[in-house]
Amino acid sequence: MAVPVFYSVRNLGARKLTTLLTAGGMALVVFVFTAMQMLDAGLKKTLVETGSPDNALVIRKGSETEVQSGVSREQASVIESQSGVVRRADGSPMVSKETVVLINLVKRGSYKPSNVVIRGVGDLGLAIRPQVKLLEGRMFTPGTSEIVAGASVARQFIGAGIGETLRFGQRDWTVVGTFDGGGSAFDSEIWGDVEQLMQAFRRTAFSSVIVKLDDEASLAKITETLENDPRLTLQVKRETVFYAEQSKALSNFLSIFGTALSVIFSIGAVIGATITMYASVANRVTEIGTLRALGFGRGAILATFLLEALALGLVSGIAGVALASFMQSVSFSTTNFQSFSELAFNFTLTPVIAVKAVLFACFMGFVGGFLPSVRAARMKIVDALRA
Amino acid sequence: MHVLRLIFKNAFRHRLRTGLTILGIVVAILSFGMLQTLVTAWYEGANLASSTRLVSRNAISLVFPLPLAYRDRIRGVEGVKAVTWLNWFGGIYKEPSNFFPQFAADARSFLDMYSELHFIEGDREAFLRDRKGCIIGTRLAEKYGFKLGDVIPIKGTIYPGTWNFTVRGIYRYEGANVSADITNLYFHWQYLDDTMRALSPRRAGQIGTFIVDIDRAENLGSIAQAIDATFKNSLAETLTESEKAFNLSFVAMSDQIITIVKLVSFVVVLIIMAVMANTMAMTARERMSEYATLKALGFGPGFLVALVAGESLFIAFIGCVLGILLTVPVAGGFGQALATLFPVFRVAPDTFLWQAGCALVVGVAAAVLPSIRAATVNVVDGLRSIG
Repeated sequence: MAVPVFYSVRNLGARKLTTLLTAGGMALVVFVFTAMQMLDAGLKKTLVETGSPDNALVIRKGSETEVQSGVSREQASVIESQSGVVRRADGSPMVSKETVVLINLVKRGSYKPSNVVIRGVGDLGLAIRPQVKLLEGRMFTPGTSEIVAGASVARQFIGAGIGETLRFGQRDWTVVGTFDGGGSAFDSEIWGDVEQLMQAFRRTAFSSVIVKLDDEASLAKITETLENDPRLTLQVKRETVFYAEQSKALSNFLSIFGTALSVIFSIGAVIGATITMYASVANRVTEIGTLRALGFGRGAILATFLLEALALGLVSGIAGVALASFMQSVSFSTTNFQSFSELAFNFTLTPVIAVKAVLFACFMGFVGGFLPSVRAARMKIVDALRA
Repeated sequence: MHVLRLIFKNAFRHRLRTGLTILGIVVAILSFGMLQTLVTAWYEGANLASSTRLVSRNAISLVFPLPLAYRDRIRGVEGVKAVTWLNWFGGIYKEPSNFFPQFAADARSFLDMYSELHFIEGDREAFLRDRKGCIIGTRLAEKYGFKLGDVIPIKGTIYPGTWNFTVRGIYRYEGANVSADITNLYFHWQYLDDTMRALSPRRAGQIGTFIVDIDRAENLGSIAQAIDATFKNSLAETLTESEKAFNLSFVAMSDQIITIVKLVSFVVVLIIMAVMANTMAMTARERMSEYATLKALGFGPGFLVALVAGESLFIAFIGCVLGILLTVPVAGGFGQALATLFPVFRVAPDTFLWQAGCALVVGVAAAVLPSIRAATVNVVDGLRSIG
């Protein structure tokens, strides 16, 4: 026979201050756990949004990022002519030949410098990335010193807002528009005309070539042709894979750091739960004796105290997740050292994270409540009634 | 005196609870110390800088080179004693996760300027004689088991191909401010330049950063300006700053991550505050009748406050002392594990003060509510109280 559930739950209300403090401590641990997971999820989401599975990115063999890469004009035309690349009505290939460099800009407010990606795109740069939409102003006019800035860059950096100018490569560049990258890494970039930027930076080679693939099999075909040609020294990657690799280190860092923090902090919270549950048992020795005398078994007593601890965990878990959900309005921006450039992303709460966080809280409650519950279950009826 | 004995006896009346609370405080103070040390370590690299050195790089960003010809023009600036240069190589040793910095250095001028670099094994002459030789930091040698004469293959990401460097020296860094086991690999810039000249002539004669040694630290600002003025409105404008500012600009890139680390270090203090407050609230609740008895005997509210606050501070104090004592050995362990990421990982004296301060705040905060209850308890109600 089991003790009714509400007996356990209502016991939590008996000493409100104690319950509040214990649940508060646990909720803070859950908050840290959830927030760190949200950050990692936000980073992954940004990168998933950035690449598109039917695009392939071609860079120089051996380079890890677009900035390190170089693709000559001759190589670029070989890439364009591959079969498997989508062709438009006029027969021209759906390809964007781009130049990607970093420029050092200073943040508004803090005046701290950081590297921002500036991407020179061709006529099809927008068409090949349907997630990018103009937000304000207009697109740059090809052949001029005009640029457009991603929403996050425009907000964060001096000179990148609409109507402002940036100076580099012996020219002043006017920001004529801002664009929304749909939560992708493009939000952290500045775009301009590829030919103008290459002239300004005195470059003769592109950084990367992005091609739209006509079907699933084309990627393997193009990869084989391009990578096996010894004259080319190129490598081909699916765009989604490329961007996932770009922030593997940052993602690993966030997830290891988050887990380590949660584990260490949870020691404190578990101790809090243990103290509370020991007190809860100590205060109810006579009650336990009575329940046992009425015929409730040791198992039922064990279950009822564990249930109380689990309920404590559940409440703190929900409170912690609720607290962390406010972090969704905070955006986060840091240098991704793999690409050496600034990347903005959001704290993203997913159902999986919420469930994991609540389970984590219940687990803390369970661990904290276990020893006290065992003590309650092992009491002798006579001793307990005499207390 | 009696009050101290009473506090001491009271603290250990409930051994398990007090023990658990102390354990919680130890964990919290220790993790607070570790997180603060992590933040310190982030900045510590910048302290390795010399106060008479400037770093000149391309004003657009670090990914753009400067021409070799700038060397002589920088030398001509008044107050400049010596010039050397470094190129970031950014290669991969076997796996991208085996990260350590590699630089192409102009060997002779580099060793002349960096007199804090001491050879533990091998020597200067052996390195200078071998065009394909390299020197590595002691930590790097330990981590991968590199010995003198070993060949280290590094796959280039910026400079194509696989490069083999023979270890000709293992060094340590004995700076004026801090000593550290730097994990860099330095090889001959001349080797890099000769190879690039044959492979892709456009990329020959390019310098990543010039390091400039100046006569007096107080001329730092004016010499930096003079250098930048020399190259104003040229194709490659320079940005010259002190070595320390240059190092700090890398720290600034992770500025928001550092903020998060700082914030969570205080969250753990909040968590333990809740646990400690709970312990004190329980203690006070159980002893209400004692407090009433003391009051009935004529002890004033001040005495009761001293009793409760004293116990809280006493427990916090023990936890704090144990936590601080453990901080140094644990930081040593972390330092070993994170050796290739943070050249210096040591606990700053300030951190101990912060730890003590946090313990004090926890002790005081936990005592507030119980003290008020004890001080204001009505003798009749208190005597009736059953806890």
